[in-house]
Amino acid sequence: MRSKFLYISCLIGLIYTSCTNEPADNYVSYSPTPQPLNIPPLFEENIIAPVLPIDNPQTVEGIALGKKLFFDPILSADNTQACASCHAPQNAFTDSARFSIGIDGIAGNRNSMPLFNMAWNYDELFFWDGRVFSLEHQAIEPVTNPIEMHNTWEVVVSRLQQSNEYPELFQAAFGNQTITKELATKAIAQFERTLISANSKFDRYLLGEATLTPEEQNGLNVFMDETRGDCFHCHGNPNNPLWTDNIFHNNGLDATFTDLGLGEISGDPTDNGKFKSPSLRNLAFTAPYMHDGRFNTLDEVINHYSEGLVDSPTIDPLMKKVDEGGVHLTPQDKSDLKAFLLTLSDPSFINNPDFQN
Amino acid sequence: MKKIIALFSIIFTIVSCSDDDNNTPNNVPQNVNTTFNFTHNWDGTAVSSADFNNIQFTNANGEEMSIEKLRYLISNVTFYKSNGETIVIDGYNLIDVTNDSELTYTPNIDIPTGSYENVSFTFGFNNEDNYNNNYPDLNSALWNVPDMMGGGYHYMQLEGKYINTIDVETGYAYHAIRAVNMSNAPDLLFQDTFFTVNLGPVNITNNISFNIEMNIAEWFKNPNQWDLNVLYNMLMPNFDAQVMIYENGQNVFSLKNISQ
Ligand code: HEC
Ligand code: HEC
Repeated sequence: MRSKFLYISCLIGLIYTSCTNEPADNYVSYSPTPQPLNIPPLFEENIIAPVLPIDNPQTVEGIALGKKLFFDPILSADNTQACASCHAPQNAFTDSARFSIGIDGIAGNRNSMPLFNMAWNYDELFFWDGRVFSLEHQAIEPVTNPIEMHNTWEVVVSRLQQSNEYPELFQAAFGNQTITKELATKAIAQFERTLISANSKFDRYLLGEATLTPEEQNGLNVFMDETRGDCFHCHGNPNNPLWTDNIFHNNGLDATFTDLGLGEISGDPTDNGKFKSPSLRNLAFTAPYMHDGRFNTLDEVINHYSEGLVDSPTIDPLMKKVDEGGVHLTPQDKSDLKAFLLTLSDPSFINNPDFQN
Repeated sequence: MKKIIALFSIIFTIVSCSDDDNNTPNNVPQNVNTTFNFTHNWDGTAVSSADFNNIQFTNANGEEMSIEKLRYLISNVTFYKSNGETIVIDGYNLIDVTNDSELTYTPNIDIPTGSYENVSFTFGFNNEDNYNNNYPDLNSALWNVPDMMGGGYHYMQLEGKYINTIDVETGYAYHAIRAVNMSNAPDLLFQDTFFTVNLGPVNITNNISFNIEMNIAEWFKNPNQWDLNVLYNMLMPNFDAQVMIYENGQNVFSLKNISQ
C-alpha cells in the first residue's frame, strides 16, 4: 500500500516536473553513466545484436554494483557463499566440481555452467534445461535455492539495506536508496552481460593475427565434416563466434533418464533428455563436462561422440551410427579435434582484471 | 517545449497523410503490401510443429517416419510485368516450421498495383546471394555451409527419424545445399541446386497475400523415390543426393490461393 502511494506520488511529481520548465533542483539528482556493451568486432560483423532489456540499461554504476554483489557472500544465508563460489573467474565462471556444493554441504545434480557471452543468448533461456527466461530472473533463483545459497530475498534485502556501503551504491546505480531484489538482480545481470569472451587463439586466427597448426586445421575440418565430427550443426562454425546454438538436444548420453532436462520443464516426453548445447569456448577451464559433469576430460567427450553414443527415443537425428556408438574417428582425427577445440579457449577472459574480485 | 514540438509534428503528419489520400486518382497504380504465407502438408494432410516428433508419416518408399526439424530459405521474390519489366525483392526469409517462426514473410518493399504475368521466388539462394555475403541473422541461426564445401548457406534442413529395414528407429538429416563434388578438394566442382518456384499470373488490386503450400512428402517421391535406408545422413557432401533433392524439389511448392 505504502509503495503504491509512493509510486503514484512519484508519477505525479514526474508529470508535474516534465510539464513545467522549472529546474528540478529540489531533489538529489541521479545520473548514472551509460556504459554500452563493448561488442567485439567478430560479433559485430557476424551475428545479430545482443539482447539488452530497455528497462535495464548498462551503466558504470550498475555494473560495479552487480560485480560487488556477484562476489559477495552476503547473498547466502550463512554469509559463506557468493555467486563466484560456483562461478569462479579462473574457471571461465564455472567451478571444477562435478556437482557444486551449496551452503549446507548438499550437492545438486547438475554441473555448474560457465558464464560468458550470455547477452547473445537470443532466446534468453537459462540453465541446462532453459527453465528461466532472462538473466534478471535467473539471478533470483540461486539465492533461495535450498541446495545453493539457501537464503530468502527478505533477508538479503534487509542485510544490504543495513550495510553502510550498499544503499549508496544502489542510489548511484538506480537513483533509489530503497533496495529491492529486482534492483539487485538487475545489477547482477548488468555485470553478467559484460562477461564477454572474444580473444581466443581461433578469434585471433580469424582476425589474421594467429595461424593454426596443421593439427588444429585438421581438427577444424573434422569438426566441420558431416562424415566425421559433424559438430557444427549444433556447436556452430567460424562464422558465429558463440560456438553454440543455445538449443536443446539429446546428444546420446543415456538410454534412460534420471534427469529429464527440458522434458521436466515442457512436460513433453519428446523433450526428455534434452539439454542446452554449451558453448565450446573456454573448455580448457571448464572441466568436468556435460550437464552432470560426467566427463573429466575432452578425450572422454570426444570418445563419447566417436564410439560411446547411446540410443534413446529422443536422441538427436544428427547423432550418427548410433548402433555402432558413433562414427569411430581415427586416433589422429580425435587428437586434432581436441587441438582445435582448445584453440577456442581464451586465457585473457579468465585473467581480465575487470572480472576479478 | 519538446512536447509541443512532438504534438505539432503529429498533427502535421496527420494533415499531410490525408492530403495525399485525397489527391490520388484511382487509375494511378498504388503501392501495396505483399505477404507470403507458408503452410505445410503431407500429401494433403496439414502438418505443423504440433505433428513433429512422432512417427506418423509414410513416404513413397514405404518408410514410416517423423519430422523433428524443418527450416528452409526462400529469396528474391520477383514480380514480372507483361512489358518484360521485373521487380526483384532483394531479400530472403528463413522459414522455421519447428518454432513456428517466419511462416509469414512480408517484404518491406511495396509493389505497384496492376497485372503481373508471374510471381516467383527462389528456393535457397542463387550463387550471387549465397557467396561473398555475410548475413548475421543466418549466421546466428547456424545456417552456414562449411568453408571446405565452398561456404555459403543451407537451403533446407529437414530432420527426423525413420524405421529402417531392421525395425530400428534411426535419425535422418535431409539437408539441401548447392551440390558440391569434393573428390578433388581443394578443387571443388559445383552444380546449382537452387530453383525458381513460379506462382503464376496475378492481378494485384490491393494489399495481397500469397498462400503457399509445401507438400513435404514430395521431397521423397518424384522423380526420385527416396530410399531413406540408403540416403539418411551425410547428404551434404553427397553430390548425387543433392541433385536428387533438387529434382524432387520441383513439385514441392504450390500456390494454394491468393487473398487481397
Ligand atoms: C552452489 C553453487 C552455485 C551458486 C552459489 C550459484 N550458482 Fe549459478 N549455477 C549453478 C549450477 C549448478 C547451474 C546449472 C543449474 C541447472 O541447470 O539446473 C548454474 C547456472 C547458472 C546460470 C545459467 C547460465 C546459462 O548459460 O544458462 C547463471 C546465469 C548463473 N548460474 C548465475 C548465478 C548467479 C548470478 C549466482 C548468484 C546470485 C549464482 N549463479 C550462484 C551453481 C551455482
Ligand atoms: C545434436 C547437437 C550436437 C552435436 C551434433 C554435437 N553436440 Fe556437443 N553437446 C550438445 C549438447 C546438447 C550438449 C550438452 C549435453 C548434456 O550435458 O546433456 C553437448 C555438450 C558438449 C560438450 C561439453 C561442454 C561442456 O561445457 O560441458 C563438448 C565438449 C561437446 N559437446 C563437443 C562436441 C563435439 C566435439 C562434437 C562433434 C564431435 C559435438 N559436440 C556434437 C549438442 C551437440
